[in-house]
Amino acid sequence: MPRAVSLTLNGKPVHLEADDKRTLLWVLRTDLGLTGTKYGCGVGLCGSCTVVVDGKAVRACQTTLADVQDRTVTTIEGLARDGRLHPIQQAFVDKGGFQCGYCTPGMIMNAYGLLLADPHPSRDKVIDAMEGNICRCSAYKRILEAIESVSRTEGGRP
Amino acid sequence: MSGTFDRRSFLRAVGGGIVVLVRLRPTAALAQGRGYPSDLNAYLRIGDDGRVTVFSGKIEMGQGVMTSLAQMAAEDLGVGLDAIEMVMGDTDRCPWDMGTFGSLTTRMFGPALRAAAAEARQILLRLASEKLGVPKDRLVVEKGVVSVKGEPTRKVSYGALARGQALLKTVDDKAAQRTVAEFTVMGGSPKRLDGIDKVTGAGKYAADVRLPGLLHARVLRPPAHGAKLVRVDTSEARKMDGVTVVETDGLVAVLHTDPETAEAALGRLRPEWSPAPPGADTEGIFEHLLGRAPQPEVRGVKGDVEAARAAATRRFESTFQKGYVAHAPMEPHASTATFENGRLTVWASTQTPFPTRDRLAQVLSLDPKAVRVVTPYVGGGFGGKSAGLQSDEAARLAKLTGRPVQVAFSRAEEFFHDTFDPACVVKITSALDGAGKITLWDYEVYFAGDRAAELFYDVPHARMRVFGGWRGAGNEAHRFAVGPWRAPGANMNVFARESHVDVMAAAAGIDPVEFRLRNMGDERMRRVLQAAAQAFGWTPAAAPSRRGWGVACGIDSASYSVLAVEVKVDRSSGKVRVERVVCAQDMGVVVNPEGATMQIEGSITMGLGYVLTEELRFRGGEVLDTNFDSYEVPRLSWLPRIETVLVKNDAVPPQGGGEPAIVPMGGAIANAVFDATGKRVYRLPMTPARVKAALA
Repeated sequence: MPRAVSLTLNGKPVHLEADDKRTLLWVLRTDLGLTGTKYGCGVGLCGSCTVVVDGKAVRACQTTLADVQDRTVTTIEGLARDGRLHPIQQAFVDKGGFQCGYCTPGMIMNAYGLLLADPHPSRDKVIDAMEGNICRCSAYKRILEAIESVSRTEGGRP
Repeated sequence: MSGTFDRRSFLRAVGGGIVVLVRLRPTAALAQGRGYPSDLNAYLRIGDDGRVTVFSGKIEMGQGVMTSLAQMAAEDLGVGLDAIEMVMGDTDRCPWDMGTFGSLTTRMFGPALRAAAAEARQILLRLASEKLGVPKDRLVVEKGVVSVKGEPTRKVSYGALARGQALLKTVDDKAAQRTVAEFTVMGGSPKRLDGIDKVTGAGKYAADVRLPGLLHARVLRPPAHGAKLVRVDTSEARKMDGVTVVETDGLVAVLHTDPETAEAALGRLRPEWSPAPPGADTEGIFEHLLGRAPQPEVRGVKGDVEAARAAATRRFESTFQKGYVAHAPMEPHASTATFENGRLTVWASTQTPFPTRDRLAQVLSLDPKAVRVVTPYVGGGFGGKSAGLQSDEAARLAKLTGRPVQVAFSRAEEFFHDTFDPACVVKITSALDGAGKITLWDYEVYFAGDRAAELFYDVPHARMRVFGGWRGAGNEAHRFAVGPWRAPGANMNVFARESHVDVMAAAAGIDPVEFRLRNMGDERMRRVLQAAAQAFGWTPAAAPSRRGWGVACGIDSASYSVLAVEVKVDRSSGKVRVERVVCAQDMGVVVNPEGATMQIEGSITMGLGYVLTEELRFRGGEVLDTNFDSYEVPRLSWLPRIETVLVKNDAVPPQGGGEPAIVPMGGAIANAVFDATGKRVYRLPMTPARVKAALA
C-alpha cells in the first residue's frame, strides 16, 4: 500500500508516495532517476549498489524504503559538493582506481562509509571492509592505493 | 559509411569544417589473419571552434581506449588532449567497425586514426601557409596553434583555419606519422578522459537510459538449456495493475514501469517445460568433449615426429583440462530500445554495435538505415558482450508494445545466457635428450583452438593438432553457448605448454628459467624472460625448491609477456595464496604506460579467478551457479604484490595490451604450486579440493 515516506537524500528532503516495501535500489534508479547506484547481483554479494545511510555503508538492493524513513541517505551523486570532487573521488581519478567504472560508485560509497567510521584504518581493516565489493576488471591494486591515499591524509573530509 | 557515400551530404551532416576519413589498407587487415574487414574507416573533424571530434565505432569498456585513441589523435594532429572529444560506438555517427575485441584497437585502429590526424595536420599547415604567407617548412604547431618559426606573434589557430571550410579528404594509414622521439602526448599517462564520469556516477550505461514511459521487461527463461516451453498460464500476471504481458514467437515477457513489479509478475507466470535432455556434467564434460572431437587441423609440423617418438629415451606425457569460465562483468547485459516512426534506436551494452545493428535490422525486418545502436559506457566485456540476446528482445518488445522497453539481465540470467569460455583439453607428448634439450613436441588441443599455442622453444620434431576451436565444433559438443573470453583459448594453451615445460625441467633437475633459456632461441622472448627473472630476484634452483616460485612465458596479441610468481599453499585446506607477481612485457611502442600497466595489473588479478576458483558448474543443461556466492571471482583480499616491467622496444609498433598478461597466469601458478609442494595440478581451476587431492 502506498504511504508517505520522507527521507533526506543527498542533503535535500524527499517525500514519496510509495509502497514502503519497495527496494531502495530500484526507487533510486527509477522514481528518482539516480542511476549512479548500480545493480550487480541483487542479493548483497557484490557491492555495486552501495549507498550510505546515516553514515553507514549499506547495500541498496537489501534496503527497503521503510528502512530509510526519516533517515539521511547519500548516493554517489551526492558526494561531490559545490562542483568539487570528494577527496575519495579525486583519489580514484588520480590513482586510476577504476576501469569499466560500473562498480566504482559502490566502491567509493563503501570507502566513504568506512572512512566516516574510521578515518585512518589499517590496511587489514580496509581490505576487510572492501571485501564485499567486486571489481571484475580487477583494478584492486589502485582501488586500495586510492583509499589509502585518503586515509593517510590528515584533516581531509571523509 | 560503406557502400555509396555522398560526400556533400556527409560534410553537411557533420557540420562542415575539416574532415579526414581513413580507409585501412586491406593488406594490414589480412596480415592479422582474423578476417578483419577491409573497409574499416575512421574519421575526425576539426570544427571552427578548434575542437577536434574523433568518431570511432570502437567502444570503451574499461580498457581505456577512449583515452589512448584521443592521445594518438592529439599527437599526430598537434593539439592538446583537452581539445579532443571522442564519439564512440554510435552507428549513426561513427564509421563502420566490426567490434572491440582481440586487443586490436591500438594495433589496427590506432595507425588508421594516427594517419587521419597526420593528414589533417598537413591540410592545416597548407591553409596556414596560405594565410600567413610563408612556406610550410617555416611553420610550427603547438596545441592547435600554427605560428611562424621564430615569430610567435605571427600565428593562426586551427579553429580559425577550419572556419568556413568544407573539406573532406580520404587517406590510407601510410601518411607520415610522428616518431617516438617526437612524441609529446603519446608515451605519456594523462588522467583518463572517462574518470570524472565514472567517479561521480554521471557516466551512463545501457540500463541507465531513462525515457518517458519506459517499461522494464522480465523475460521468461527456461530452467535448463534444452528445456522447451510447452504452455504457459499468464492469467495471474495479467491481473496485476499496470502489467503488460507479451507472448510471441518463443518470447514470453512481462513489463511494467517498475522493474520490481515486473519481477513479481514474472513470478506469477505458470510455465510448463518439457524436460531438458540429459547430458554431461561438470566432471564428465572432458570425456564427452573427447568423444565429440572433430577431425584435427594439423599445424606447425617440423622434422619427423613419429621417428622422434620412437627414438626418445626420456618421454613425457601430460593431459590438461579446464572447465567453463563465465565472463561475469559487473554490468549484466542490458539494452534500452525505442521504436518510433519506423525507426529503431537501441542503447546496448555491447562490444559489437555495428553487427548488432545489422542483426536487429534482420530481426525486425528493417532497413539497417532505420536502426541505430548507441553504445554508452560498457561495464566490462572481456569478450562476453559480443552476443546480445537482450538487444533483440528489447527491440522486439519495443516494437510490439509501442513503448520504450528495457531488458536488463539479472545476475542469474547473466550466468545462464553467457557465452562461456569453453571447457577444453590439451594432451602433450614430449622428449628430452641428455643435455636438457627438448627433442620432441607433439601437441593436441581439443576445443580451445591454437591461439598462443605456437612453440617459441627450439624443438627439431614438432607437431600441433587442433581438434576444434573455442567457438565449438558445430556438433553440439557444448550444451550452452561458448565464445571469446579475454584471449580466447590462449589461457589454456599457455597453461598446458608452460606446465609441461616445467615437468621436463623438474625431471632434468634444471632450474625452470635456465631450462627455458637453454631451449629458446627467440631473442625477444629471452630478453623478456630475463627481465622478469631479474625483477623478481630469481636465483636458480631445480623444482621443487619449496620456495613456491613459478615462471611462465606467453605471446599473445603480438605482445610478449612473462610472469614470475610466488605462492603459499596451505596444505591442510589446499588453498593457494598468490603472494607476488612480477610481469615483464614487451608490447612494442607503449602509447600510455600507466594505462598499459593498469591493463597488466587487471589481467593478473582477474587471472587469479580462472586459475584458482572460477568454473561454471552444471548438470546437463542446468546451470548450477547463479550468483557470486558459489561462483567465486577475485576480491580485494586476493590481491598479490604486483610489479610490472615494460620492456622497451620502440622498433615494434604498439601491440595488444588488454590480454597478454592474463595468458601465462595458469602456467606460472601451477609451476609455483609444484615448486612449493612437489605435486602438480593438471586441471583448472586449481580449487582447494583439487590441490588437496594432489597433495594426498
